[in-house]
Amino acid sequence: MEQYNMNLTLKVWKQKNSKSNGSFETYQVKDISSEMSFLEMFDVLNEQLIKAAKNPIAFDHDCREGICGMCSMYIDGRAHGPWTKNTVCQLHMRAFKDGDTIVVEPWRSAAFPVLRDLVVDRSAFDRIMQAGGFVSVNTGNAVEANTLPIDKNDADASFDAASCIGCGACVAACKNSSAMLFVSAKVSQLALLPQGQPERESRVLNMVAQMDKEGFGNCTNTYACEAECPKGISISNIARMNRDYLKAGLNSAE
Amino acid sequence: MSLDSKIPHGEMDKKWTDYKGHVKLVNPSNKRKLEIIVVGTGLAGASAAASLGEMGYKVKAFCFQDSPRRAHSIAAQGGINAAKNYQNDGDSVFRLFYDTVKGGDYRAREANVHRLAEVSNAIIDQCVAQGVPFAREYGGLLSNRSFGGTQVQRTFYAAGQTGQQLLLGAYSALERQVALGNVTIFKRHEMLDIVKIDGKARGIIARDLVSGDLERHFGHAVLLCTGGYSNVFYLSTNAMGSNVTAIWKAHKQGAYFGNPCFTQIHPTCIPVSGDYQSKLTLMSESLRNDGRIWVPKKKDDNRKAIDIIEEERDYYLERRYPAFGNLVPRDVASRAAKERCDEGYGVGSTKLAVYLDFQDAILRYGKIEVGKSGNTGTNEQEIIKLGKAVIEEKYGNLFEMYEKITGENPYEMPMRIYPAVHYTMGGLWVDYELKTSVDGLYCLGEANFSDHGANRLGASALMQGLADGYFVIPYTLGNYLADDIRTTSISTSHPAFEEAEKIVSERIIKLMGIKGNQTVESFHKRLGKIMWEKCGMARNAKGLQEAITEIQILKKEFWADVKIPGDINEMNTELDKAGRVADFIELGELMCVDALERNESCGGHFREESQTEEGEAKRDDENYSYVSVWEFKEESDWQLNKESLTFDIVKPSQRSYK
Repeated sequence: MEQYNMNLTLKVWKQKNSKSNGSFETYQVKDISSEMSFLEMFDVLNEQLIKAAKNPIAFDHDCREGICGMCSMYIDGRAHGPWTKNTVCQLHMRAFKDGDTIVVEPWRSAAFPVLRDLVVDRSAFDRIMQAGGFVSVNTGNAVEANTLPIDKNDADASFDAASCIGCGACVAACKNSSAMLFVSAKVSQLALLPQGQPERESRVLNMVAQMDKEGFGNCTNTYACEAECPKGISISNIARMNRDYLKAGLNSAE
Repeated sequence: MSLDSKIPHGEMDKKWTDYKGHVKLVNPSNKRKLEIIVVGTGLAGASAAASLGEMGYKVKAFCFQDSPRRAHSIAAQGGINAAKNYQNDGDSVFRLFYDTVKGGDYRAREANVHRLAEVSNAIIDQCVAQGVPFAREYGGLLSNRSFGGTQVQRTFYAAGQTGQQLLLGAYSALERQVALGNVTIFKRHEMLDIVKIDGKARGIIARDLVSGDLERHFGHAVLLCTGGYSNVFYLSTNAMGSNVTAIWKAHKQGAYFGNPCFTQIHPTCIPVSGDYQSKLTLMSESLRNDGRIWVPKKKDDNRKAIDIIEEERDYYLERRYPAFGNLVPRDVASRAAKERCDEGYGVGSTKLAVYLDFQDAILRYGKIEVGKSGNTGTNEQEIIKLGKAVIEEKYGNLFEMYEKITGENPYEMPMRIYPAVHYTMGGLWVDYELKTSVDGLYCLGEANFSDHGANRLGASALMQGLADGYFVIPYTLGNYLADDIRTTSISTSHPAFEEAEKIVSERIIKLMGIKGNQTVESFHKRLGKIMWEKCGMARNAKGLQEAITEIQILKKEFWADVKIPGDINEMNTELDKAGRVADFIELGELMCVDALERNESCGGHFREESQTEEGEAKRDDENYSYVSVWEFKEESDWQLNKESLTFDIVKPSQRSYK
């Protein structure tokens, strides 16, 4: 891949804290290498701002290898930017060309309040997990692992659902701010495994109830979440969750 | 203070059982009255907090990230070891114990390692019960793969995302305890000091990273589960936020630091591409199961990899270490790569890289698939296609990650890799009960020094983190708390809390008041460069002495000229970073002091003065068979205490992987 340098204009959301109003600010960056990651370009910009005695842009990031789920930027109208199945931290500058203007916003959802600049509060996801995203097994209670054979296809499908990194891109991408993809991924992971069966019904009911309580919207089948999910979590998980939810609802009404 | 490791008496394989049988217990009604602080929510912290919550203790867990699920354990790729012997290849608790002591180059405590091996199987059971989707065979049973430094298949995995799946398992157990009211989580909080009362750890001062407020938290005991300090090198495979601050503050309050210079350089990482580089990305060691490592036989060979024919390639690991080949332990593989590159055989634009090639594996797997289907007439292209599919299933996400970063397709051309700092075996010194030299202060997981000696074997970090959290601390902590049941909660208006908060606050004000000209990042980069060049893959006395002086100068400069924008009472990521870098600078000096004192090569610590004629590491058991336990006296002044190591079972021999 040929390396090249570029000059860019950035329009970035700036907001002092959750109580203040935010606005876009425009920045120029020069001589950005195509081999840099997008966040390294932000590092360069922030160093530039600090040297000019200005406040750097606050953004969430940690592992910088696409697995922790902390980074969360809405770039040119897309959660995690222009590449598919990708997190912001894995996005590289070869996705852009000299002279581009790039617009960067935080995740936008009432359930994810902005804390500062591009940093949002995703505690709602933790609370949904608290509502039922687990198997109730205390340390020391487990049986010998191989006494529980699991069909490889089920185990693989469960793993695919479990690969969700909890970044919230699904919510940011959805016009309704629905968290159905996130919730259904956890519901599916456990619904597909024998370990998840005893609490299968209460889990889906409780997690969905908490999701609604947090103010996430409904799913209207636009598939935007699946398209923008950095881990390619399938929309079929939502269908599975809906079936489970319906069944559990009928059973609990008895 | 004396160094009592509190290793139980008796036969090696009975020690832990005997300990558990005689340890003091806390009755359930008393557990409810006891508060425990857990700092860090990675594998060690999350599993400890969840387990202690289940037992009935009142737990407060702290993490600097926006959710406990983001802790850097999540990035571990390859797998977790356990002595299940599912593959019927001769594995046992004893073998896992033996391999770990040997792999650690005889610088770990035998009793701790044996306990680790003993509880390894229960970890797998626990994780499966939680719904961790490990890889399985068609029969529905768990799958295993092999890893460096061993000759059995004992590694359990979930594609290349094992750490993620294990952490999410522990995180879900933790969130369940939050729902039950047993655990309270403080997110976006950073511990900035330990509070000691009458010599015992009784709480912490934490900073709310959103509001900037300082908070006081009481605990009957404090557990530090804050991970490793590889970021002292600036560039490492650790997450950007990984730092040494919690254990460094504890160290300055009297917790001894064990083997600070023992650092693991991982052989298979994506090479550095430019000055702007912010971190390095690991490519799991599991790739060495199928990838062959080579460089051109000719110096400065600028041809493309595919244009270099077989006879002109030097598979240097297979050449030098025929018994283990590409699966030699990490330290050996890293030094061998450095040796080739230093000699001028490196590849890529920086010449600081070697190839990791999958062509043979693709062909081999393709042929196996053809054999399974019975279509003997399959042409080579079809075979390659089938082989690629097998490789994709095994390592798909790693290949994808590599392509995203480099823009090159590793199915078509070999990966370029180079060693990078990855893990720190050193950490706070702890006894058999995981207690530091400060009463009531415990240290778990990578943050302690205890189980990996001078070199950690692959897939053992996840094992240790979960062993400490799920199966060790629930027993050992009770032994301390049983004598503490009469201590009621101490008010955080106690003078010790006031004093601790004042010190923390003054330091923050001092940092903000410097108003110098150089950014925090620039200091961190300079520290990293000193450490990598003089306390990295190869170390010598002259370089280390220079490094100590350079770091002392850097420290003065930092405190005179660092520039931190913004205010104290708001989210201020530069201020967060400044505190961490200030601590890294002090730690860097201690690492160099430690590396200088240990004039032998062992594990990841290679002293150029101590090597064989063939350039292999030479250990010196006569003079250095001890843990270096450093006691903080004052700035730039430490006292060395030695915990001598005895080996009753695994008799030290010079490691050979030839």
